[in-house]
Amino acid sequence: MGRISRLGNSLYNGSRSIDFVGRKWLWYAVSALIVLLAVIGLSVKGLNYGIEFTGGTQYKVTLPSDQVTQDNADALREAVGGLGIDNAGSPVVNTSGDTSILVQTEELTNEESDEVTQTIIDTVGASTDDISQDQIGASWGDEVKDRAILGLVVFLFLVVLFIWAYFREWKMSAAAIVALAHDVIITVGVYALSGFEVTPATVTGLLTILGFSLYDTVVVFDKVRENTKSLRASRTTYAKAANLAVNQTLVRSINTSVVALIPVGAILYVSAVQLGASSLKDLALSLFVGMAAGAYSSIFIATPLLVHLKSTESEVVLAERRAKARERRNVDRYASVPVFKEDMPIAEPDGPVPGALMVDDDLDDFDDEDDAPRPASAPEATGRGRTVPTTQRPVGQSRASGRQQPTRQSRSKRK
Amino acid sequence: MARKTARPGRTLGVFFLGLAIAFGLVALAGTWKPELGLDLQGGTSIRLTPKGSPSSESLNEARKIIDQRVNGSGVAEAEVTVQGNKYIVVEIPGDSRRDLVDTVKRQAQLRFRLVACSDQDPSRCPGSGAQAPQDPTAPDTGTGAGVTAPAAPSDSAAPSDAATDAAPSDTATASGSANRAPVGFADGTDSPSPSATDGASDGASESPAADASDDPSDGATAPSDAGTPTSAPVIPSPEGGPDVADPLKWIDAPNQEAIDAYNAFTCPQDGTPVNVDDDPAKPLVTCEWDAESGVAQKYLLSASMIEGNELDSASAQIPQNSVNYVVSLDFDGGGTKAFTQISEALVCPSGTVPPCRQFAAVLDGQVISAPTMNSLITNGQAQIEGNFTQASAKSLATSLKYGALPVTFTDFSVETVGPSLAGDQLTAGITAGIVGLILVMIYCMFYYRGLGIVVIGSLLVAGAATYAMVLLLSKTANFTLTLPGIAGLIVAVGITADSFIVYFERIRDEMRDGKSMRVAVEAGWVRARATCLAADAVSLLAAIVLYIFAAGVVRGFAFALGLSTLIDIVVFFWFTKPLVSVLAKTSFFNGGGKWSGLSAETLGVDKIAPDRPRVAAATRTSQEGTA
Repeated sequence: MGRISRLGNSLYNGSRSIDFVGRKWLWYAVSALIVLLAVIGLSVKGLNYGIEFTGGTQYKVTLPSDQVTQDNADALREAVGGLGIDNAGSPVVNTSGDTSILVQTEELTNEESDEVTQTIIDTVGASTDDISQDQIGASWGDEVKDRAILGLVVFLFLVVLFIWAYFREWKMSAAAIVALAHDVIITVGVYALSGFEVTPATVTGLLTILGFSLYDTVVVFDKVRENTKSLRASRTTYAKAANLAVNQTLVRSINTSVVALIPVGAILYVSAVQLGASSLKDLALSLFVGMAAGAYSSIFIATPLLVHLKSTESEVVLAERRAKARERRNVDRYASVPVFKEDMPIAEPDGPVPGALMVDDDLDDFDDEDDAPRPASAPEATGRGRTVPTTQRPVGQSRASGRQQPTRQSRSKRK
Repeated sequence: MARKTARPGRTLGVFFLGLAIAFGLVALAGTWKPELGLDLQGGTSIRLTPKGSPSSESLNEARKIIDQRVNGSGVAEAEVTVQGNKYIVVEIPGDSRRDLVDTVKRQAQLRFRLVACSDQDPSRCPGSGAQAPQDPTAPDTGTGAGVTAPAAPSDSAAPSDAATDAAPSDTATASGSANRAPVGFADGTDSPSPSATDGASDGASESPAADASDDPSDGATAPSDAGTPTSAPVIPSPEGGPDVADPLKWIDAPNQEAIDAYNAFTCPQDGTPVNVDDDPAKPLVTCEWDAESGVAQKYLLSASMIEGNELDSASAQIPQNSVNYVVSLDFDGGGTKAFTQISEALVCPSGTVPPCRQFAAVLDGQVISAPTMNSLITNGQAQIEGNFTQASAKSLATSLKYGALPVTFTDFSVETVGPSLAGDQLTAGITAGIVGLILVMIYCMFYYRGLGIVVIGSLLVAGAATYAMVLLLSKTANFTLTLPGIAGLIVAVGITADSFIVYFERIRDEMRDGKSMRVAVEAGWVRARATCLAADAVSLLAAIVLYIFAAGVVRGFAFALGLSTLIDIVVFFWFTKPLVSVLAKTSFFNGGGKWSGLSAETLGVDKIAPDRPRVAAATRTSQEGTA
């Protein structure tokens, strides 16, 4: 506990930091590899759409009413599902009235259909005459699909606008959408590779992932924005500030992921161990993968990508330069202090004033040429008597002191 | 600030009051178990057989419309499929949803026509004068005997049939066919003989009107079979003559053929819908059945002025100063124009001498209401009055809203279907959920120690609120819980808990900057609130957009997402924050006790906060100001 807490604290104040932003190419490469695998899986194996999407065949098994029980329906589901026929892998079986049990599978070839019929006969002891076949259409028709896609497109468009309006930064929208696409592709790829059936529940799962991914990204970006609000005043670069933000939210991200993934993991475990093939397991798997990917992408993809996108902005570039200059100077802060020699003047009239570097925080120095001669400052008072400084500003009469004083102009009027 | 800290107790009180009210409503509703979906509980399956053999396109069209009707709000999780290009099967969660049968199969062809002649105002239909007084006598006598008396001699068999048939309704129907003169009907000459021969076995089947119910044993079939264009014994519409395209002109001088058809027609006096050919381009002779008085009125109507698809929306409501349900209609541009035209032509202020001209709302060939135009209506909003109950008004509004079915259904069977998922799936899902939640709680207690109590409390409260809402919604909006739905609610826990985690991490960050707990709670709140609102806004946006645009399962998902997000916000604002504020005053938390989760050790700071660069500290303060 103590160590975790220490870690939390040192992550917060930046004394320890994981370089999420700097090693962006590593994360890009890792993600590209996974996405590539997913796309290959998707194009090679394709998605296995369920009855709801494709329609299929319905077997109506007429039985005496004492045999139309849930147990028999369950037994049929096990038996037909266990045949090893892809399109009958997860049949929909239910009782219908008192007289029949319905078995629905996807489109089958004649041999497969015979096999299914035989299995039904073996399982419940019906005869061939008791089984009638029927074509069923898709309940999840094209127009449902079209409207879902339309809704999705509108949502994504609005979410881009929302993030843009909230953060005043379209690059954040872009990064969030890329991270979202990353998560969804990975999840869909897992579906393709595992050969799970795509059901309406899967669509629900994907939408959940969509929401979670954006939610997580917005939380991280909120912190990024907070840290990068005034780069100049905080004397840091955009990359560093963003990296600090990610580190500061790291504990939150870990906690949230743990809390969100525990229940899903429990469902996944229980359904895999207790139930064998079930739609619950498929759903839990897609959620688990998708939410893990969502948490990963908002840290490892969205933020580095954001920094990457912003790296050409002039303000960011300037901050970068300032930081570099500051760094170079800070390598040896006293490099400009001359080694004392015997009859050395205390100050060189034209040289930089010792200590000036430490006072000046270099805010206006936009270029790299840090060792260019600084503008000459007034000669230090040496020797005895009062040295009148040369006038640098308009001098006017001041009533208060009874002598001439430099008047202080407002900033906008200064020359 | 001072007021804020004084309030949390009250906020908590109000919150619990709200929760108690929600549960009170649940108690009033009287169900403590949420309605489960088709996959977990099974439901009712309605199998609709269309008349004739419609093309698969129109079947799919019908499927879509029925889907919208039963699933309009998107949360009922009903399933509508086309089977074998022959049937449409509607599966609805819940055992006893026979009430939906009407909603599902009503064809919902709504048309507005103008009334040329009616029993009340037969002046423009010369020749009907002799018959008009007879018709009102029919309901008065109550049985068919009185009606059949003036029947044509050729139908002399009818009275004896009526006598053998015990049901008075059958005799009334028979009289309807008996009263009818052969004029205007293609099969008019044939009909008396079948009615005479069939009458002995079944009085209902002999009249063309009653013929619509091809399955007389199934009583429910009859009322909804009206307006079938394809069935053989329909009453064809009369030709409208030269003026038919201009109904406003036509009603003042109907052509003779239409008048003859009108005169020849008699309404069945038992409420049986007449089977008419509802052709929008032709005049129509049909009836209005007033269930209250048991009188059927006869109408001669013009060609259609407004079609049902010119509606923008329809809803069931009780208007002010009224006790009966009406169906309010909102026309679109074209409909509004036509309705204004009707209104200008027929307007008849209540002071004027009757009879006023009427127009009629015709649904599936039946006049459901024939009002007069009391004032000029130009905004395209109308109301249909009839003897509606809440259920029938709602059902009609739903049917009208989602349009007319391109297919007529003749036969339907209702069956109870079992769940499609094995029973152990639900138990497994719930077990997994509970195990998961307990693990989450253990983790929170471990990590946040004292504050973990707040997390657990918030999760429990959020769970209770969700449960109450699910119960209320299954009562009011037919919300049903499917297995994916349950999984979704369990997943929502993670998103809900995230708000608390963001908040607690903020408090800890503030305390690492050296603030005391009481200050940190408020300062952290300001920032956590902004973060959570932004993130939740994304979720809400997803929910709203998907709910508006998508259909079916996706709508149900959007609904659940929106619900859990709103509950998250409510709990976060009115439970978690006040609770933390209250706890911040206790010495246990405020004193930085070892188990409070906010001790220096837990935060990982040394007792004296490490020296941090001053500039950075200054920046942080300035950011606070702007945040």
